[in-house]
Amino acid sequence: MFRYVIKRILLLIPIMIGVSFIVFTILNIVPGDPARVILGESATADEVAQLNHELGYDQPFVTRYVNFLKGVITKFDFGTSYRTRDSVLEDILTRIPISFKLASFSILLAICIGIPLGIFSAVKQYSLFDNIARFIGIFMASVPPFWLGMMLIYFFALILHILPSSGVSSLKHYILPSLALAIPYASAIMRFTRSSMLETIRQEYIKTAEAKGIPESRVILNHALRNAALPIITIIGTSFGGLLGGAVVTESVFSLPGLGTLLVTGIRMKDIPVVMGATVFYAFMFGCIMLIVDLLYAFADARIKAKYSK
Amino acid sequence: MLRTRNNNTGRAGKKQSAFKEVFRRLRKNKSAMVGLCVILLFLLVAIFAGVIAPYEKVINQNVKERLLAPCSAHPFGTDDFGRDMFTRVIYGTRISLFIGVLVAGASLLVGGFFGALCSYYGGIVDGVIMRFMDMLTSLPSILLSMCVVAALGASMQNLLIALAISQIPVFTRMVRSSMLTVVDMEYIEAAKACGTHDGRIMFKHILPNAMGPVIVQTTRTISQTILSAAGLSYIGLGVQPPTPEWGAMLSSGREYMYNKPWLMIFPGIALVITSLSFELLGDGLRDALDPRLKD
Repeated sequence: MFRYVIKRILLLIPIMIGVSFIVFTILNIVPGDPARVILGESATADEVAQLNHELGYDQPFVTRYVNFLKGVITKFDFGTSYRTRDSVLEDILTRIPISFKLASFSILLAICIGIPLGIFSAVKQYSLFDNIARFIGIFMASVPPFWLGMMLIYFFALILHILPSSGVSSLKHYILPSLALAIPYASAIMRFTRSSMLETIRQEYIKTAEAKGIPESRVILNHALRNAALPIITIIGTSFGGLLGGAVVTESVFSLPGLGTLLVTGIRMKDIPVVMGATVFYAFMFGCIMLIVDLLYAFADARIKAKYSK
Repeated sequence: MLRTRNNNTGRAGKKQSAFKEVFRRLRKNKSAMVGLCVILLFLLVAIFAGVIAPYEKVINQNVKERLLAPCSAHPFGTDDFGRDMFTRVIYGTRISLFIGVLVAGASLLVGGFFGALCSYYGGIVDGVIMRFMDMLTSLPSILLSMCVVAALGASMQNLLIALAISQIPVFTRMVRSSMLTVVDMEYIEAAKACGTHDGRIMFKHILPNAMGPVIVQTTRTISQTILSAAGLSYIGLGVQPPTPEWGAMLSSGREYMYNKPWLMIFPGIALVITSLSFELLGDGLRDALDPRLKD
């Protein structure tokens, strides 16, 4: 098992190098002139050439990428913002806690809503509850988080005045954004839990367990849920990926000064180092989540555990 | 998968019967039919938007009538430039459906091509292409789209490219795994033994039999793409105003949220209904194409 964990953690390195290369390529593929963007239209050609030289933009693409990678690995240096001249790493680090809180609250909420509803729906298949839950599930999966966020702001902040609509000063401020982000993914988790549970419930060993007289709640939670867990873990992992992306848009709906807002402003201002840094951080978070999912998978699946336990 | 029946009849007959069979089962699924009808209705609206109202009404400003509440002349009210929201939502159908269908189609073609190469040749071709796709998917798809927009600039055309790039790995994987189940079948071996060339085997013998899951994925992608496009336009990285795109309309309605809620309610509802319809159709198709559910 230990070997598997180490192997999986080491795998994160080539993934991160690959992602950074792809993002670097995409962002540098258009023959732009960064110095021109920084200095504006009024600058002379000499000034532009001078700055391009200082920033290293007169060097070939591969050299630039290697330099970037060197900076990141040896000094955690993601460069400086074109616009504010701040260190990109500092900008990111001050914003990470906000995005992290939003993402973790949302995924917890999505799990807490999705899994119990899914189990209940599967156990009472074709009941009134199941039908309503299924309809709401498929409906909510089609509601974009940013619009749900706007509607939540309208009802809870502007009409009822019970929750704040923007800002990050207290935990209360996170309720609406987390809800907006969680609900669409909760419905995805619910649908998957339901179908995975349905498939498990029909297995022979569940009948055996029931025949032995084990109470139903124990059969469902201990026998069925454990075996239905693998697809549920997968969907939680992929939901988390989508959720990170959705958080970028949701942050701007609720004006949260998180990593997503930084990224969006960076894109609007053509501030390439900021975009590069923020994206790499997102990829890193995503990679870590996928790592956790894989490890959970190994813990939940005795077959994977057995393969590496020797 | 679809065509295992009637293997001996002629080509045309076979095609029709497979299609009929799926459609017959799809017709029994009420929610899928509702989805299909709404999609057809929206398609008609998109095509005949010009008959309902001239495009000038969508773009031209009319300051005298700005921010009117919904009334008989303006069922959805008017926006901050005095433009009729109903007409704008109608024209928005055109843009969203166009984006959804075009992006899904393009990524299906490109992703399908790579997926076919992977599954048919295997080995190093498979390894190289799949590792590349792995790299693309190690970023959440909307972030990948954002990077492309960051490089190319925000416009309708770049939005299409960005969304398509983010969907290509999905289709590559899907087509690859779906074709892998067919590649080892005996009739493929027979075709190879007859000396049929690779392209023909791939596109005539393998692809049609592996289409089921891919069709379902395509409808899903349309629905997801419409939502992503609206999200990107909402944060200013997609379709630019004054083009009547739903996400862009929501973004400009945001300032007036408190007093003029109709500016954000109607484009949002249109967005949800469109995406929901494709989602319902996709679910129905999945059930109709699933051979295990064959009655």
